[in-house]
Amino acid sequence: MGDAAMNWRSTIFVLTATFVAVFLEASLGLFRNLLGAQIDCLPALMVYAALTHGLATIVLVAVCGGLWFDSLSLNPLGVSVLPLLLIGVVIYQSRELLMRDHVFAQVVLGLAAGAVQPLATLFILLNKGTAPALGWFSLWQWLVMAMGSAAAAPVCFWLFDRLRRTFEYQPVIQTSFRPDRQIKRGRR
Amino acid sequence: MLKKSHYIFLVCVVVLVLALLQLPVGPMGKLKLAISGLFLPLFGLSNSTHEWLGVVTGGLTPKTELLRQNAELRQQNRELQLRVAQEAQIWAENGRLRSEVGWARQTRWRVKLARVVARDPSNWWRSLEIDLGARDGLRGNLAVLTADGLVGRLQSVGETRSQVVLLGDPNLRVSATVNNTNSETGIITSATSAPQAGGMIGLDFLTGATLAQPGQNVVTWGEGGVFPAGIPIGKIVDIQPKEFGLTTEARVKLAADMSALEEVWVMLP
Repeated sequence: MGDAAMNWRSTIFVLTATFVAVFLEASLGLFRNLLGAQIDCLPALMVYAALTHGLATIVLVAVCGGLWFDSLSLNPLGVSVLPLLLIGVVIYQSRELLMRDHVFAQVVLGLAAGAVQPLATLFILLNKGTAPALGWFSLWQWLVMAMGSAAAAPVCFWLFDRLRRTFEYQPVIQTSFRPDRQIKRGRR
Repeated sequence: MLKKSHYIFLVCVVVLVLALLQLPVGPMGKLKLAISGLFLPLFGLSNSTHEWLGVVTGGLTPKTELLRQNAELRQQNRELQLRVAQEAQIWAENGRLRSEVGWARQTRWRVKLARVVARDPSNWWRSLEIDLGARDGLRGNLAVLTADGLVGRLQSVGETRSQVVLLGDPNLRVSATVNNTNSETGIITSATSAPQAGGMIGLDFLTGATLAQPGQNVVTWGEGGVFPAGIPIGKIVDIQPKEFGLTTEARVKLAADMSALEEVWVMLP
């Protein structure tokens, strides 16, 4: 019961972070004005969800994150869901082989997810007959998105780890010292 | 790792998403506005913080600076009052001459101020959301502009918010005319090399033997029923022949600064 409650709490944390990430992407123009491209944190969040949570959380992050993102964009509604789901399921299936606690692995997975997500979305868009604004500059934007996701992935792990430690029951550490078996030295 | 039940669950999700993708544009727009309504509290909070910061920084401005700004604004106000009086005379004269020639009378632009609440989070579309909707008398395809020039048009309208597609987006094409002796017309498209880089867009389908020159103004043509004629779009930066010289494409520097849009005007019908 405790574990299940903890899992749901953790899922709610991830979903809340997804919601806030989409809001910040739509309202903050810092990276857009500075680098000419907006950084997308959803692939990094999906990497975290896929490595630490179950399939239900992965699907929730993909569906909610994708729909929230598309609702604020000119993207057809649902177009971002499938790439996120693909990333989540692929990582989930091979997560036993991945060293998820290593920052390097988190960066590489974030980079790969950040690179795959826009390409897969673009693939669906083009297959749907929708032509977005693309050009040579899009390559730079793709690079910025991938690098941004690579940087965001370890931050997600660190942040959720801190949150987990704050809310999780800490295990009671039993010492080997027992006061009733204390050896008393000295004369009787 | 995945069980059979997991596969069935995933297939169901994929099928539902594919069905969602097949929705027609109208219902999809409404659904998008309904989902994005979840962000309203956060956008409200963001606006309040912005206003509060404005009040705080305003309080820190020295009194001498405020007095200087006040004097400057008073002077601007007097100049504008003079221009309004002059414009009223010109407007009346224009109406009289038009009625003598038998042309239809021109109507004044009716505009409504809207605040920009969100920008498109994706990198390949140019759109934003404003805080006005059908409740404020808005409907689809209305022109959106700033004091500097055209910005875009309304794509979908919700009850309290609307989505604006901006100039430079592939979904928005505007018939435009160059302010030169020939009044040549073309179509505003998105720039192909660097989408909207430095506020540049393309003016396509000018004739091969165009007289358009860098520095000339580009305004809306008025044909098509969406944008009234004469709204400034920008200035021509350079021109280059296309399709073996049959047509010419001009790069246009937008009059409105798209990266700093905080408030826009919606032109009411």
